[in-house]
Amino acid sequence: MKLVFTKTPMREQDPLKRRNNFKEVNLGYSLEEALHEAKRCLQCKKPKCVKGCPVNVSIPDFIDAIVKGDLEKAYNIITTSNNLPAICGRVCPQEQQCEKQCILTTRGESVAIGRLERFVADSFLDSDIKADQEVKAKGKRVAVVGSGPAGLTAAGDLAKLGYDVTIFEAFHEPGGVLVYGIPEFRLPKDLVKKEIDKLKRLGVKFQMNTIIGKTLTIDDLFQDGFKAVFIGSGAGLPRFMGIDGENLNGVYSANEYLTRVNLMKAYDFPNSHTPVKLGEKIAVVGGGNVAMDAARSALRLGAREVHIIYRRSMEELPARSEEVHHAREEGVIFDVLINPKEIIGEDGWVKGLKCVKMELGEMDASGRKRPREIEGSEFIMDFDLVIMAIGTSPNPLIKASTPELETNDRGGILVDQETYATSMDRVYAGGDAVTGSATVIMAMGAGKRAAQAIDKRLSKE
Amino acid sequence: MYKILEKKALGPGMWYMRIQAPLVARRAMPGQFIMFRISEEGERVPLTIADFDRQEGWVTIIFQEVGFSTKQLGRLEQGDHILDFAGPLGQPSVLDGFKKVLCIGGGVGIAPLYPQIKQLSQAGASVSVIIGARSKDYIILEEEIKGLSDSLYIATDDGSYGQKGFVTDILKDLITKQASKYDLVIAIGPLVMMKAVADFTRAFAIPTRVSLNPIMVDGTGMCGGCRVTVGGQTKYACVDGPEFDGHLVDFDEAMRRQGMYKQEERVDHSCRLTDQGGGSK
Repeated sequence: MKLVFTKTPMREQDPLKRRNNFKEVNLGYSLEEALHEAKRCLQCKKPKCVKGCPVNVSIPDFIDAIVKGDLEKAYNIITTSNNLPAICGRVCPQEQQCEKQCILTTRGESVAIGRLERFVADSFLDSDIKADQEVKAKGKRVAVVGSGPAGLTAAGDLAKLGYDVTIFEAFHEPGGVLVYGIPEFRLPKDLVKKEIDKLKRLGVKFQMNTIIGKTLTIDDLFQDGFKAVFIGSGAGLPRFMGIDGENLNGVYSANEYLTRVNLMKAYDFPNSHTPVKLGEKIAVVGGGNVAMDAARSALRLGAREVHIIYRRSMEELPARSEEVHHAREEGVIFDVLINPKEIIGEDGWVKGLKCVKMELGEMDASGRKRPREIEGSEFIMDFDLVIMAIGTSPNPLIKASTPELETNDRGGILVDQETYATSMDRVYAGGDAVTGSATVIMAMGAGKRAAQAIDKRLSKE
Repeated sequence: MYKILEKKALGPGMWYMRIQAPLVARRAMPGQFIMFRISEEGERVPLTIADFDRQEGWVTIIFQEVGFSTKQLGRLEQGDHILDFAGPLGQPSVLDGFKKVLCIGGGVGIAPLYPQIKQLSQAGASVSVIIGARSKDYIILEEEIKGLSDSLYIATDDGSYGQKGFVTDILKDLITKQASKYDLVIAIGPLVMMKAVADFTRAFAIPTRVSLNPIMVDGTGMCGGCRVTVGGQTKYACVDGPEFDGHLVDFDEAMRRQGMYKQEERVDHSCRLTDQGGGSK
């Protein structure tokens, strides 16, 4: 068989069209394209890709099932390890995980594992997740705090094992960052809803409008009869730079901007009642996926010009290369090696950004070159909206009401690296609540391992 | 869904609602707030808790129709349901250890003051109260408060009830002419009123607490939209507040931020509320 060293391309919405709508950018593979791509897999005896996956999906096996035309088998293989494949197929940074390990990368491009996962998952959006074998209800209740990727994964796995699981969510809708953070054009909300509906059919209960740490405490959950608690409350607290002018009208945290646009559907204002400031010329400060999401949302809301302001260079951008590529295609302007010093206002509203030019020095602890200011290089750029996308910290509400829960100096819950057990008996935690802002799949991996540890703990009784 | 057990008109466009929300009532404390949402298209709006009963599992809210969502809420009737009702949020008021407290409420701000007066009086504090509004029709909870306070003073802008003038006129009179001493002043009402109270009490070094109700999306610290400068530091009203030291709050900034969506609100209200009168959007 002749080896092909490039990925089968995935069709996309035209950049000039899509910058004016919120429909999904990537259009997915056809069956033919998927078969073509699946045949590129060399079926390694010792597949490294599986180790690169935080939830260890049996990648060669599901790809082999595609090649053999048995999509249902492919789906069952994936969902054995991953309850949310349609989501992972879209938002996982595969190029840094499974695909990075693919043997084909020594000669060219890896197998497009993410695209194949998405193809399989999208073919079964309305089917049920099957529990591995006939499980007996264990008659034990487990509480999951937060319905983001970590919580959904832990809940799904525990339900599959026969536990009676209730997810508590602060918002009115389940999904966490999948619904308030990641925009529709990258992850359609209907699809998130379908994945969540599968968990409901699996028996997972969802209790909305319930803020653990406020409405109920962790102790209340135990008093109410839960035998274990998994905390997946995310990194909900937005960070600001601490520079002058950050409280001017027209300065948003990316969290607020994206929540207004995504969860509260401000793009449909006034049909939807939550407004968002539109802005003509917008600065997004930061270089991660969240910054890209905010910048691309701003374009779609009709901004004339959207700039990414990033203090290092293009090479260090933490966002996925696909997101950067898409953002550039759509017309987002990248101003790199620049750092804001002050937000300038007029009559209380944002007028511009005073920035300083940066240069890269020696390597820092993160393994990246440390940016430093070039003296005397300050300059001013005009903007009427500034979105701060410089990261988030773990939400402090649970810690505040649960003093015995140990956290690190950044507010992350301390856990055992293997079991995700916290300093409190029967309380486990994972995802951004532990690590600070990271990725969907890392959170899912944590949810998965914690579910196993909870099962082990509760099986002893 | 959260059932409206009782609805009463308290004044023009001012409503009292008792809501079935056992989980909110279970941990509710004076000073805390809830977020409500009425429809799938609805905004999330914060309202301070006016009263609660843990045993019976209800919470009351008192609100004035000021924006689109509060107008929509005002159209719901007893027996109807509110789609979302989450709480209790924010820090409870610390009311222990005070002997002589002056509570000042303006307009609908009298409502969140009420549970505090109740708790203070139950704890044996001597509570004086000044309530004010633009005219007689807008004075709420007078009877309830009268029963709990040592002295009650009333001011209306137009003089239709009580003393003509502002609550601050009575405050000045009590402090300067009658030389009354208080351990604490609690002021809840429009930002201009709280600012005027804080500016006055600062000179007399009377600890003064205010309750802020800024624009917020989630109410759990997630959006940062409610940020307010207190003593030169940025605080989130939803998780650090809603109550702050009135002498340290940057009221001018808070007022400016409150007006962030004035333009959008005009679009919102004028079009849709008139349309909705016909029964559809």
